[in-house]
Amino acid sequence: MCDTCGCNITHGNESLIRPGGKLAKTESGKEAVTVLHSLLHENDHAAQHNREHFDRHNVLAVNLMSSPGAGKTSLLEATIQQLDPDLRIAVIEGDLETENDAERIRKHGVKAIQITTGSACHLDAHMIHQAVHNLDLSELDIVFIENVGNLVCPASFDLGQHQNVVLLSVPEGDDKPVKYPVMFRAADLVMISKSDLLPILNDFKIEKAKHYLHDIASTAPVIELSSKDSSGMAVWLEWLDQQIASRKAYLQTYRKAAPLNGALSPHLHTMNHPAHSNKVVK
Amino acid sequence: MHELSICQALMHQVQNIAQEREAEYVTEIVIGMGPLSGVEAQLLKNAFPIASVGTVAETAKLIINDLPLRVKCGQCGAESEVTPNKLLCKNCGNWRTTLISGDELMLMSVELEKHKEPEAVH
Ligand SMILES: Nc1nc2c(ncn2[C@@H]2O[C@H](COP(=O)(O)OP(=O)(O)OP(=O)(O)O)[C@@H](O)[C@H]2O)c(=O)[nH]1
Ligand SMILES: [Mg+2]
Ligand SMILES: [Zn+2]
Ligand SMILES: [Zn+2]
Repeated sequence: MCDTCGCNITHGNESLIRPGGKLAKTESGKEAVTVLHSLLHENDHAAQHNREHFDRHNVLAVNLMSSPGAGKTSLLEATIQQLDPDLRIAVIEGDLETENDAERIRKHGVKAIQITTGSACHLDAHMIHQAVHNLDLSELDIVFIENVGNLVCPASFDLGQHQNVVLLSVPEGDDKPVKYPVMFRAADLVMISKSDLLPILNDFKIEKAKHYLHDIASTAPVIELSSKDSSGMAVWLEWLDQQIASRKAYLQTYRKAAPLNGALSPHLHTMNHPAHSNKVVK
Repeated sequence: MHELSICQALMHQVQNIAQEREAEYVTEIVIGMGPLSGVEAQLLKNAFPIASVGTVAETAKLIINDLPLRVKCGQCGAESEVTPNKLLCKNCGNWRTTLISGDELMLMSVELEKHKEPEAVH
C-alpha cells in the first residue's frame, strides 16, 4: 500500500479530517491505525495506469456518461460518420447485458470492445485496463468509452479518461444537474442531446439547464446536439479536435520537462495486474 | 448500486492492514465521507454485512463520519458551508466556487485487536 499518495486529502480539508497521531493505543490489546486512504484508492491507481497507456500513444480517451437512452451510442454512430477520416478511433462499450451497442459501432467499420458488467452498474478502471490491452493503441487517435447508462454510479469511478462528456437529453428535463450533482460536476463537457426535440418538448429551457449547472459550480461548456439532424455536430467535432491538440501540447511540454522520469511508460510493468499476460488481439 | 463494490474495496484495504499488523480482529472501521462523495451512507451500511462476512472485520463496528461541504469563492474569497445542489458563495452569490471539502470518501482509521498472548504451559 502506498503511504504517501494522500488520496483525497487537500490543503483545504486537511484540518477537518486529519486527527492527531498516526498510531494510538486504545484499551489493552487494541491498536488504532490512522489510514486516510480513499476507498477508491485501488481503482484510482488503475485509472492512472490506464491514462499512462493512452498518453504513451498520444491517444485521447473520452468517457461518455448519461442516463439510459440519452443517445450515447447514436452520438458515436453520428461521430464516426462525420469525423475527419484521418482520425483513427475505437470504442469501449459498457452495458449490463448484450453486445448490441458494440455491434452498432462495428457496422460502421470501427473496432468496438464490449464489456458486459452483469450486475455492476458502472465501468471501473480494471475493466478498462483489460479492454485497453485488447486494443492496439499505436494505431489510434481517440478511444471513446461509453459508460453504463446511469447518472449515479459511474461518476465515482475514474477510468483513466482525459475528458468526461455527460449527455443530458431533452426528454429528461432541464433540472437533472441539480438532481445528480456528482455526475454533472464530473463533466468536462455537458451535451444537451436530442436537441431536435426542443421545439416539441418546449418546457426544456437551455438557459435553465445552464443555470442549474451554475448552481453546482460547474464550469463545463454546454453544447446542444442532435444525432438525428446533425445540428451541433460541427461544434462537437471541433471540441474533439481541440482536446486532441491540447493533450498533445501538454504531453510535449511534459516530456520535455521530465524525459527520464518514466511516468509515461506504464510498461515497465511493476504494477501487479494480470491483464498483462494477455496477448494483444487485433 | 455501486456501494457494494465500494464496500468490497474497503474490505480489501482493511484486510491488508489487519494482515500487515498481524491482527486477529478488526473491531472498528471509521469512514469519512462528504455529501458529494457519490455514495449513500445508508447503502454503504447495508452493504457492509454482505462484504465483511467471513473476513477479519466480520464483527467490526462501522462508523461513518459526515464531512462538511465547503466551498471557497473565486471572486470574494469567502468560505461557505453549502448543500450539494447549491454551491454558490453565501457572501456574494457568485457561482464560481471551488470545493474545499465534501467529496471525500475515505478510510480514516481502523481499530485492531492483536493476537492474544498464548497462555504459558506449565
Ligand atoms: N429524436 C432524437 N432521438 C434520438 C437522438 N439520439 C438518440 N435518439 C434515440 O434515443 C434512443 C436511445 O438512443 P441510444 O443512442 O441507444 O442511447 P444510449 O444512451 O446509447 O442508450 P444506453 O446505451 O442503453 O444507455 C434511440 O431510440 C435513438 O434513436 C437524437 O438526437 N434525437
Ligand atoms: Mg448505448
Ligand atoms: Zn497496463
Ligand atoms: Zn463570494
